Amino acid sequence: MIKKNLLRSAAAAPHIVWSVLFIVFPLLFVAYFAFTDGAGAFTLENITSLGEHTQTFVLSIALSIIATFICFLIGYPLAYIITTAPESHQKFYMLLLMLPMWTNLLIRTYSMMAIMDDGGLINNILAALDWGQIHLIGTKGAVVFGMVYDFLPYMVLPIYTVMSKIDRRLLEAARDLGCSPVQVLLKVIVPLSMSGVISGITMVFVPSISTFYISQKLGGGTFELLGDTIERQFQNEATYNVGAAIALVMMVLILISLAVMNRFGDDDEGGVVL
Amino acid sequence: MKRIIELQNISKAFDGETVLDNISLEIYDGEFITLLGPSGCGKTTTLRLIGGFETADEGNVYFKGKRINDVPAHKRHVNTVFQKYALFPHLNVFENIAFSLRLQKVEKKEIISRVKEILEMVSLKGFEHKNVTLLSGGQQQRVAIARALISHPKVLLLDEPLGALDLKLRKDMQNELKNIQKQTGITFIYVTHDQEEALSMSDRVVVMSDGRIQQIGTPTDIYNEPVNAFVADFIGESNIVDGVMPEDQKVRFAGHTFECVDSGFAPGEAVDVVVRPEDVDVVSPEKGHLKGTVTAVTFKGVHYEIIVDIGGFKWMIQSTDYAAEGDHIGLFIEPEAIHIMKKSEYSGLYGDYSSFSDELEELSDADSVEED
Amino acid sequence: MKLFSRLYLILIFALLYIPIGVLILFSFNSTANTGMLTGLSLYWYKELFSSPDTFVALKNTLVLALSAACISTVIGTAAAVGISRMKSKWAKKSVQSVTNIPMMNPDIVTGVSMMLLFVFVGGMLGLTEKLSFITLLIAHVTFCLPYVILSIQPRLRQMDKSLPEAARDLGCTPLQSFFKVELPTIMGGVVSGFLMAFTLSLDDFVISYFTTGSSYQTLPLMIYSMTKKEVKPDIYALSTLIILSVLVLLIITNVISARNEKRSRKEKK
Repeated sequence: MIKKNLLRSAAAAPHIVWSVLFIVFPLLFVAYFAFTDGAGAFTLENITSLGEHTQTFVLSIALSIIATFICFLIGYPLAYIITTAPESHQKFYMLLLMLPMWTNLLIRTYSMMAIMDDGGLINNILAALDWGQIHLIGTKGAVVFGMVYDFLPYMVLPIYTVMSKIDRRLLEAARDLGCSPVQVLLKVIVPLSMSGVISGITMVFVPSISTFYISQKLGGGTFELLGDTIERQFQNEATYNVGAAIALVMMVLILISLAVMNRFGDDDEGGVVL
Repeated sequence: MKRIIELQNISKAFDGETVLDNISLEIYDGEFITLLGPSGCGKTTTLRLIGGFETADEGNVYFKGKRINDVPAHKRHVNTVFQKYALFPHLNVFENIAFSLRLQKVEKKEIISRVKEILEMVSLKGFEHKNVTLLSGGQQQRVAIARALISHPKVLLLDEPLGALDLKLRKDMQNELKNIQKQTGITFIYVTHDQEEALSMSDRVVVMSDGRIQQIGTPTDIYNEPVNAFVADFIGESNIVDGVMPEDQKVRFAGHTFECVDSGFAPGEAVDVVVRPEDVDVVSPEKGHLKGTVTAVTFKGVHYEIIVDIGGFKWMIQSTDYAAEGDHIGLFIEPEAIHIMKKSEYSGLYGDYSSFSDELEELSDADSVEED
Repeated sequence: MKLFSRLYLILIFALLYIPIGVLILFSFNSTANTGMLTGLSLYWYKELFSSPDTFVALKNTLVLALSAACISTVIGTAAAVGISRMKSKWAKKSVQSVTNIPMMNPDIVTGVSMMLLFVFVGGMLGLTEKLSFITLLIAHVTFCLPYVILSIQPRLRQMDKSLPEAARDLGCTPLQSFFKVELPTIMGGVVSGFLMAFTLSLDDFVISYFTTGSSYQTLPLMIYSMTKKEVKPDIYALSTLIILSVLVLLIITNVISARNEKRSRKEKK
């Protein structure tokens, strides 16, 4: 009987082998490198040395929380407004939203730079109006702006997907039972779209905290985020171990916040995937 | 009659829970046999064992005398009509029906003519190129039957095939199925939880409960001579009361000794007595064997359904005579209307109408359809 | 309210599209100035196409995306079917969670973790080029797999469980039943999984950055190294072309799905 069951699910075997080799093993290697020195001996030094990077950790977390929050503030009403549009328009709006999403992140970020650069569009316009110059590239605001710009569609899409599945009759029922339009929003739509919000937050927060391209381009190299630090450590074989330690800690941080988020969301659908 | 399928001492458990408990059953060539029982009684599992979708933990399955326990489903000369039809959504009507012929590499010309012929039999002429997902339930049902019949199986298994249809369509399909069975002479093994369907279609009925066979017999046998309280209650409506047989052809219950036609019990043996609601005559109190008070009356069209309280036990009576709630009436029972059964584990569980309600019955019916 | 909604939509979409629009506009600039339009020309496109690197990178990207999408679709389809047949809930759940790791993990962690594996194993095997097309392909298949599996699973769940049984009942061997009945039924999910994998692979930069060898350059990697140098409008030209291809692809897929929907609605009537 057991043999028969195994045979039935044998189709999954190549995938299971693949996952162990290329998902589980690599993560074990991250842990291994994080706890050893260059010669392969056990050490806690990599982890303890992370104290030097405390500022980077704090800055990364702060900027990505701010970016995620702004994405939510902009994205939630956007998703709501789209769901209230006629169906044919909804498709068009979502297409408009998807186009930047499917455009390479590097290009999107680079287009921001074209605008915010010292010799870019904004400064040229300011100069033409004789209003002086503003230095945008290299500020933290520019980095947050870049994150919001790059990842906003990731917030809107899951919220829209969940919201558009809400049964319209529920809203009518709520009105019938005496809710004002604002109450309908707060008492019916918001709770029912919570699972979309949770996956939206995840999908914005994770790439924000780990980005290195946005901070390199829009941060202008004046400060480092976690992604930059990791990337720098892996340019040189001598610092792989420190890089692994940072990556490990970041991963644990993200896992913890995901677990906390899922507790809040308690959605049984496992969130929304693109 | 020739045996075509034999089940011998079959037992089967899922996750330690017994589903079939030592079942033995012989099925004859060309008969229409129905496995009848409430949901979870093991009828569908029995069918799946014959189809080759489950293997027995213990016991043997024989097909024409050969043991087929280890023969996989695709090598058995048995086809199935599935509960929700299981039509292939990516194939049209023609390709669904021709599926098994294509596998057998039957010549194209023959396929076309055979499909055409069978479509006529199930009254779907001209439906060849329709998309199966867009057909009505009844039409899908016909396609499923045609698909299962086209390769001339020896046995056709039908798993609650009419469960998803509405009442009117159901009646029509019952007749049609019966006709197809007569026309083709193929053995039909039919699973249902609907006793009316079982009685009206089958040559023989197998009543199952709790993974065991309770009774096998013709529809009339099963209705008139139920072996225990479960069968009596499940097939039609029954008043089942405790009784004692002082001697042959005498039975005492509800405070009165009745003449009856049964014999062969030990003197003074405790028995279950079955009286069908339609077999009780309503008379004036002084003329009746029993006297009671009417507690509820429902008009059913052909007759009234009257609930009568006799010494705390609620009887159901179907009568064309009206009696008002609160009336004192007498009940008259002829000897032929009394059926005596030996005591069984089901004694005392059924046959009292004190908590009876039409609505409840319908609700629990709907539940059992869902579960199956 | 209506007016406010419309204004809001216009504002957000304008913000989303202005940078892209500016980028496209300046790709036609006649000089290297990226802040001032000095005249329209196709100079930067000519420059882009005169470089053989562009074509090599384009070819590399397509070869990689196609191979990664094919491999992950085959493995992923089999996996989705296998997982759906698993009886033990525990086994199902653990396979599923491991599968989803590359989707939940930041790309940079997936990238460096695989790089560490490849470097370590390559070192043990004594390879001089530890990272190559092969390692890049493995990485891409790995992060595509969960998306393929996830796009097939709903179809499997919707599939009537008795379909494979009906196929066997009518004479199919288990293998025939898979190819003749199960696969056609879940085909929609398989195709969208393939397209998803193809697009993700085309688009990936971070994981490729850590797992490719110096000899295998893809378009996103090429854009990255171009932007490391001085800002020149030839990147704008390349980006414009990529954006236009994405637009065309999106419109095509939308038209196809809209047409399918229309057809099925018509048939229902």
